[in-house]
Amino acid sequence: MTVLAIYVGLILVAWAITRFALAPLTSVDDFTRRKTVTFGDESAVRASRAASVFSVLAIFLIWGAFTGSRLTPLHAPEAWRMAPIWLPPPEAVWGRVVTIASDGYRNFTLFEHLIASIWRVVGGFLAGALLGIPLGFAMGLNGFLRGWFDPIVEFMRPVPPLALIPLVIIWFGIDEKAKIILLFLASLWIMAIAARAGVAGVKLSKVHAAYSLGASRWQVLRYVILPNALPDIFTGARVAMGVCWGTVVAAELVAAERGAGMMIMVASRFMSTDIVIMGVILIGIIGYGIDMLMRIAERKLAPWKGRG
Amino acid sequence: MADLRIDDVSMTFRLPNGGEVHALSNVSLTIRKGEIVSVLGPSGCGKTTLLNILAGFLAPTGGEVWLGNHTVRGPDRERGMVFQQGALFEWMSVRENVGFGPRMAGRPKAEIRRTVDHLLDTVGLSDFKEKAIYELSGGMQQRVALARCLANDPDVILMDEPLGALDALTREKMQGLVLDLWKETGKTVILITHSVEEALLLGERLIVMAPRPGRIHREYRLPFAEMGAGGDLRTVKRHPEFAAKREEILSMIWEMEEEIMGRAEAAE
Repeated sequence: MTVLAIYVGLILVAWAITRFALAPLTSVDDFTRRKTVTFGDESAVRASRAASVFSVLAIFLIWGAFTGSRLTPLHAPEAWRMAPIWLPPPEAVWGRVVTIASDGYRNFTLFEHLIASIWRVVGGFLAGALLGIPLGFAMGLNGFLRGWFDPIVEFMRPVPPLALIPLVIIWFGIDEKAKIILLFLASLWIMAIAARAGVAGVKLSKVHAAYSLGASRWQVLRYVILPNALPDIFTGARVAMGVCWGTVVAAELVAAERGAGMMIMVASRFMSTDIVIMGVILIGIIGYGIDMLMRIAERKLAPWKGRG
Repeated sequence: MADLRIDDVSMTFRLPNGGEVHALSNVSLTIRKGEIVSVLGPSGCGKTTLLNILAGFLAPTGGEVWLGNHTVRGPDRERGMVFQQGALFEWMSVRENVGFGPRMAGRPKAEIRRTVDHLLDTVGLSDFKEKAIYELSGGMQQRVALARCLANDPDVILMDEPLGALDALTREKMQGLVLDLWKETGKTVILITHSVEEALLLGERLIVMAPRPGRIHREYRLPFAEMGAGGDLRTVKRHPEFAAKREEILSMIWEMEEEIMGRAEAAE
């Protein structure tokens, strides 16, 4: 309760600073500034960068204040502070990052743990995309194949990949191959459905135009249907990557010799809260990084998206 | 030589509720090589169905379409099509769009380059060859569509309301361009339109179709396309005969629309 009250107080202070102290300095007299109707006009709502900076600072401030951190100027009264075993101060977590990065944890360095997780995601996702995209295309282009695969895809789609973990462990064990098979299954249906949507989304006049210009079926597929489906495939790939990242961490929580999920699971058994928090933060950063990379790739490879 | 002959073509399809739609009923028409023909009619008269049959996208339930000495059995490079809008490939540049047909046919690169350069100069897009499609205005996009169709050197060009989505000024400019290209290349052109004025301007022959069942209602021979080619469309439009024909056709279409409304009311 107290923490929430302090947090709301910090929001108010930050709002007052951005509104009255910073806004007059930073606002540009551009077109948007001349708009009188801004409430309801989403394009006129611009994220205040200052607010974002304050937001991050506020979290560290509260975190530090309630853990007796040396980095924060103010501290909560002794009685309200959290013991390091529940919540270590920020510098303790950072200290852990440094030691595990150099000395390692459970036979593997931090870098090896993270790379293990990332490698599994990339491998599983690529396998899923490699099979899922042709599968989606087949379903979008052929009535028999759509009928054949429809029940399978529609059934597997709502099954959360986490529910497959026990089965994958029974069938394939807990080694690398099993993890990749799980992630393959997690991304396969998403990619198939995205590719099918991409085929369905092609404007008939484009296909007709291509045939009239003398293209063969194969050429229509290669030069019209495939590029036309790219934006949908990228949207699917971003979703699939997100799901895969979540699934790999969960799978490592259950059973693994290394990986980000295994690291925080083992650490939690020994009440090494600093490692757990470090792991959560790194998992978040990597997940965000993967999504950013996918967006960059999308802009490079399908710049016409949304402008047809 | 390569006349386009529509021979007693009918198109009837069943509705899920068991009813039948007679989209086209016994349409016969011969279009000579090099003619420009406009097709006009209220919605539901089957003009788009007819064009799709000519293009080979639909197989008629009765009759045949002949081009020269063979029947039309599917889409083919001999019959090019210009669509209303959105039929360009956004993932290709202007140059790649125009060169699509020759490239699919495996023509040598240098030759494609020459053809594309020449055509883009002709349609007035010399400075936009490497642009992306989405960087062009609607009128420019239709210029690309025209050039892309011409690059394949088809015998017949089918146009499905190619200027329908353009603003009035751009539309008038494009009408002039279509006429000039027709004159210059000597292609057979069949153009579907909703606009009476456009049908008068862009048809040596004007076919008015009537709905339910879709059929040819009347045919006109007009001098305006010949007058307008290479000349000024505004002068043509001021011609007294142009105004008279426009009135005549407009009132005819009005009557048709009223009759449809009347029939619909009687049916209720």
